[in-house]
Amino acid sequence: MSLSLDATTDGRAEKALPFFSKLAHAGVGDWLFRKLTAFFAFLILFLACLTAFTLWKASVPSIHKMGWSFLTSSDWDPVQEIFGSVPFVYGTLVSSFLALLIATPFGLGISLFLTELAPMKMREPVAFMVETLAAIPSVVYGLWGIFLLAPFMRVHVDPILIKTGLPIFKGPSTGLSLFTAGVILSIMILPTITAISREVFEAVPNAYRESAKALGATNWETIQLAVMKPSKVGILGAVMLALGRALGETMTVTMVIGNTPQVTTNLLAAGHSMASVIANEFSEAVGDIHVAALAEIGLLLMVITLILNVAAHLLVWLTTSKFQR
Amino acid sequence: MKTSIKNLMIGALAGTAMMGASLAQAASLNGAGATFPYPIYSKWFYEYNKSKGVQINYQSIGSGGGIQQLTNGTVDFGASDAPMTDDQISKVSGGVLHFPTVAGAVVLAYNLQGVESGLKLTSDVLTDMYMGTITKWNDPAIAGLNPGVTLPDLNITVAHRSDGSGTTNIFTNYLTKVSTKWASTVGFATSVKWPVGVGGKGNEGVAGLISQIPGTIGYVELAYAIKNKLPYASMKNKSGHYVEPTIESTTAAADGALKKMPSDFRMMITNAPGAEAYPICGFTWLLVHPTYSGDTVKTITDFLHWYLTEGEGMAKELYYAPLPESLIKKVEAKIEMIK
Repeated sequence: MSLSLDATTDGRAEKALPFFSKLAHAGVGDWLFRKLTAFFAFLILFLACLTAFTLWKASVPSIHKMGWSFLTSSDWDPVQEIFGSVPFVYGTLVSSFLALLIATPFGLGISLFLTELAPMKMREPVAFMVETLAAIPSVVYGLWGIFLLAPFMRVHVDPILIKTGLPIFKGPSTGLSLFTAGVILSIMILPTITAISREVFEAVPNAYRESAKALGATNWETIQLAVMKPSKVGILGAVMLALGRALGETMTVTMVIGNTPQVTTNLLAAGHSMASVIANEFSEAVGDIHVAALAEIGLLLMVITLILNVAAHLLVWLTTSKFQR
Repeated sequence: MKTSIKNLMIGALAGTAMMGASLAQAASLNGAGATFPYPIYSKWFYEYNKSKGVQINYQSIGSGGGIQQLTNGTVDFGASDAPMTDDQISKVSGGVLHFPTVAGAVVLAYNLQGVESGLKLTSDVLTDMYMGTITKWNDPAIAGLNPGVTLPDLNITVAHRSDGSGTTNIFTNYLTKVSTKWASTVGFATSVKWPVGVGGKGNEGVAGLISQIPGTIGYVELAYAIKNKLPYASMKNKSGHYVEPTIESTTAAADGALKKMPSDFRMMITNAPGAEAYPICGFTWLLVHPTYSGDTVKTITDFLHWYLTEGEGMAKELYYAPLPESLIKKVEAKIEMIK
């Protein structure tokens, strides 16, 4: 930085300076850059508000007709024009949290192994393979789900779960279920959790690890105290980003969830999701109220995502302030 | 090297300019709508462009979207698998004429080991399956229709479309006509509230469910069942005959429904009379305004004449049923109304 400044104060170099550098030198560039980046930032805010406004405007007929019952009713009947969002909200939340439940321990395990335990030669290739999972298009996951995972679950996994006798696993199973959707979503969000938490773990100063080791900590204790604990916020960030992807996932979920709008505690039963119903019914929805109800589902999905994000930030804020104390 | 690239670029530029010019001069039409007839429409528009030099652009965005765009006036014509309601027509400035183009059959495909073909079903049994009152394949009601066929002790999994579709509209319209119970509890539309079953997205989704889950029965378009080599059931029709879904039995259904055909052609031809008629089929329509400005009148009427004379012959190879001769004449007479 100082080196380049020195060069510009030199008379000969000044002549050769291009126009923009001259501006920068005069402080105009800084000003312009600040305004430009601020504009970009506000553009995002504007776009989010515009999206919410458009969705709200499109859903007015449904809001008028259904009122609050849209949020409390489990009926979704396009013929009678009665629309309730409960089964879709339920399916989206259950499949997404199920995915988090499966993917979080796996993802953290993988990244801990890669940053703390694996031999150096192995780290990059394995990390690369995991991150490749993120590049697979969701429709490909969906096809894999319907042709391979769903039959596999029906024949091999579900019968074992049914035998446990737990009330959340009841047969008969078709392989298309909230549970299968959760499993496939967990594979899809695994790279997000792994990649981010790996960055977070790598950012932990080595001095922490060395100190823990010097105090006689075992490998596990070192990971627990010196790596995991300072990374809490980062881990939560990784999980939230993954949840965002799971909530909005459309094609994959629609292929394996069974697309039946019902609320059931049986995870092996078919369900439906918010993004799926929009993708499924929007193009052929002919009634005004039907189209509006789908827009309202979109609005609701946006609100739920917002609430979850705010909740996550609150959680981060609470844990960090506790840390500082 | 440099000059050759330069020449190439000039050539390309000139080419685009010429293309733009020819597009501006030649007549063209824009349409949007149903996905079900898209394969035959794209063939028609391609052949028509080749022989008459008229470009027809068609976006297969779904019937609902087609009606929407026609109402908004962003396209010259729409296309739909379900006839528009009076309410919808009243919203289109200038009004709408329905032109049936081809008919399609909706077949009940199934996955049942040991029953590789020839399952027979009646409207009652089919309704009970989709209402969830018959749940096993060896139910006496099914066995009674299929003497000599060993039906397994297997749960019936009912598959339906999860996306809104004209196919669902035809299928549920049939169930509504044959069962008062279905009519009062479910009804018909492009998406309905299914009493039981799992949903697959698109014909391919339902075909996937059928081939993956033993004991599944689901409805798909005839072309899909044939291409995926799925076995499908013969249905007992209104005259009491078991009829296999074919192109011929679909045209026969259109023929059978002809007597009751209203003058605006807005009619669901499910459960049509006729010994040869397959009961679950329907038309798909082009939606056209009765008035157009300028040259568009000639462009659109020319095309309508062409599809009724030349186009219908191409339907069979793509597994669509052509309109019966007697109907073609009636539709042809309707073109006069466009001014």
